[in-house]
Amino acid sequence: MVRGFMLGAVTAISLAAATPAHAVIELQWWHAMTGGNNDVIVKLANDFNASQSEYKVVPTYKGSYPDTMNAGIAAFRAGNAPHIMQVFEVGTATMMAATGAVKPVFQMMKEAGEKFDSNAYLSGITGYYSTAKGEMLSLPFNSSSTVMWINKDALKKAGINEIPKTWPEVFEAAKKLKANGHPTCGFSNAWVTWVNLEQLSAWHNQPLSTKANGLDGFDTVLEFNHDLQLKHLQNLIDLQKDKTYDYSGRTNTGEGRFTSGECPIFLTSSGFFGNVKSNAKFDWTNAAMPYYPEAKGAPQNSIIGGASLWVMGGKKPEEYKGVAKFFTFLSDTDRQVEVHKSSGYLPITKAAYAKTKESGYYKENPYLETPLLELTNKEPTENSRGLRLGNMVQLRDVWSEEIESALAGKKSAKEALDAAVSRGNAMLRQFERTVTK
Amino acid sequence: MEKRALFGHKFLPYWLLVPQLIITLVFFYWPASQAVWQSFLLEDAFGLSTRFVGFENYRALLSDPSYFHTIVTTIVFSGSVAILSLSCALLLATQADKQLAGAGIYRTLLIWPYAVAPAVAGVLWAFMFQPSLGIVARGLRDYLGIDWNPLLNGNHAMILVVMAATWKQISYNFLFFLAGLQAIPRSVTEAAAIDGARPMRRFWTITFPLLSPTTFFLLIVNIVYAFFDTLGLIDAMTGGGPAKATETLVFRVYADGKLGGDLGGSAAQSVILMIIVIALTAIQFRYVEKKVTY
Repeated sequence: MVRGFMLGAVTAISLAAATPAHAVIELQWWHAMTGGNNDVIVKLANDFNASQSEYKVVPTYKGSYPDTMNAGIAAFRAGNAPHIMQVFEVGTATMMAATGAVKPVFQMMKEAGEKFDSNAYLSGITGYYSTAKGEMLSLPFNSSSTVMWINKDALKKAGINEIPKTWPEVFEAAKKLKANGHPTCGFSNAWVTWVNLEQLSAWHNQPLSTKANGLDGFDTVLEFNHDLQLKHLQNLIDLQKDKTYDYSGRTNTGEGRFTSGECPIFLTSSGFFGNVKSNAKFDWTNAAMPYYPEAKGAPQNSIIGGASLWVMGGKKPEEYKGVAKFFTFLSDTDRQVEVHKSSGYLPITKAAYAKTKESGYYKENPYLETPLLELTNKEPTENSRGLRLGNMVQLRDVWSEEIESALAGKKSAKEALDAAVSRGNAMLRQFERTVTK
Repeated sequence: MEKRALFGHKFLPYWLLVPQLIITLVFFYWPASQAVWQSFLLEDAFGLSTRFVGFENYRALLSDPSYFHTIVTTIVFSGSVAILSLSCALLLATQADKQLAGAGIYRTLLIWPYAVAPAVAGVLWAFMFQPSLGIVARGLRDYLGIDWNPLLNGNHAMILVVMAATWKQISYNFLFFLAGLQAIPRSVTEAAAIDGARPMRRFWTITFPLLSPTTFFLLIVNIVYAFFDTLGLIDAMTGGGPAKATETLVFRVYADGKLGGDLGGSAAQSVILMIIVIALTAIQFRYVEKKVTY
């Protein structure tokens, strides 16, 4: 009896194994998107699965960006990494350094025989995810950039007729706003280091670190303790004293200060769009980041934030074929136009941008084009192609700590930035040692 | 007639201990030894390259002045939380112990905060004290003229996390204190009252000494709580900031290891933390326990 059962089970298993010719290959996709963006991901996977019968993309939500990345790393160490992993931009260096753990996208596309031209993608976006030779390592997925959100009603009330373009104009406007109904905050920002160090440097064509901000090698040395950054931090310190500028924390938890009407000028991600649209009860818009007019060549171009899709290593060739097909599917112009409009994230290809523009969509929704205009403002330079620094999460914490000390009046701008540079360099050396064998 | 039960079997006691020993080995000694081993390695996040570096992680840690700052922060934080939560709970327990109408309701209400998850409690407190929108922060600014700003002011941030951590722990302490108080025979305090001792004197000379075993137990539990279980609160409220003002040892382990991927450095910190806690517990049992009357 038992024997018969065993025999039956074995037969069933071998029958199941004997039919791989038509078996669907499952491709695991781990991501960190919630709410409306999660719907976008599910729809993309469903559409892809319906479009062919060989592969099935299975999206799984794994928590916040750091959680997803940690889950992926833990899964890799345990030997069952997903095929595709969404990794936020600050994890780029860690992923890139993991030779063997990841499969470079350009290589996978070539091996799978998929049509792939890295020039079709917006260079302001792909620069972040490419080697110095321009080989794309991961596929950009959801990208955004820093923009300046504006409460138009508040500006009008304070008698400011034009949206400020330069930093001195922003300071001037913030003083007026502070005197006219916004005593606790003339202007502010989220992501303090992203806005005030990383984007500031790129936008003014100043290096954040040597070796093209780390894109050309991990032996990069920080160098953002120079004139421009010092001047900017000094301005913030001075304005913090009477709350013309008011610090809003390291991450984006302070963004509510804009939508509630407290801070009428607020610099943060263009991805804040959905929140503003549903929560702000005043007339709003956004504009390009301000710049210092005396800086030569400013404004340059901005860099991106957001995440890209990494392909994990050690999978079978036929699985990579499926992933490659899926990436071609994602890069399709119409699909990108749709994702751009529904999520507010940037389109990743030049064709999708051109198509959205031609359709006149930006006339009604100019705030969706602002980050694109910033990214494509000028041809990216060594200083504005992107950043690739190891231990970026920790680095940002260290830089934030120093900026916090400066804004609290405990350190001068020079002391704070010098300390941010030297502490950061120590962390970069540590990272370099862990990745060079 | 022999009344004592005899167990002739030589190995029986060991057999009976085995389940407990296995659990201790698997869940304590094994991970602890792994942490010690890991602290001697330099490894990337993916585990692709591992190098034995001896005591280098420790050297790097101990030559970092901010690590000592973290130790001081932890002492200030844990001490404040333990003292505040013990004294508040004792005060509440003595009040709830009185024969009041509806004492049962007070007791239930006082126990509730313990059921709130740390992250939820953290978010609630962070909301109330958010400098620009928080209801308490607004009250402080508008009525008392205090420019409350835990985002930049380290002292404010410290006060905030101490308050939240204390609030979380009061319920637990309250439960034990109340049970301890109710175990004290009424006749003792009544006799003292007849002798003319006033309530305060009765409390300090009779009740408090009789509560000392409970207090001692709670002191250890509270310090362990402040050291380890406040991670979620701190993460949700301040993230260790501003400028490391609220970074405790265990938060730093989490930040460097989980968020930063520096496994070796994080493991070295865990080992040091383990040594500190072992030392602390030993000191408590060696010296503080002498003052305890069971």
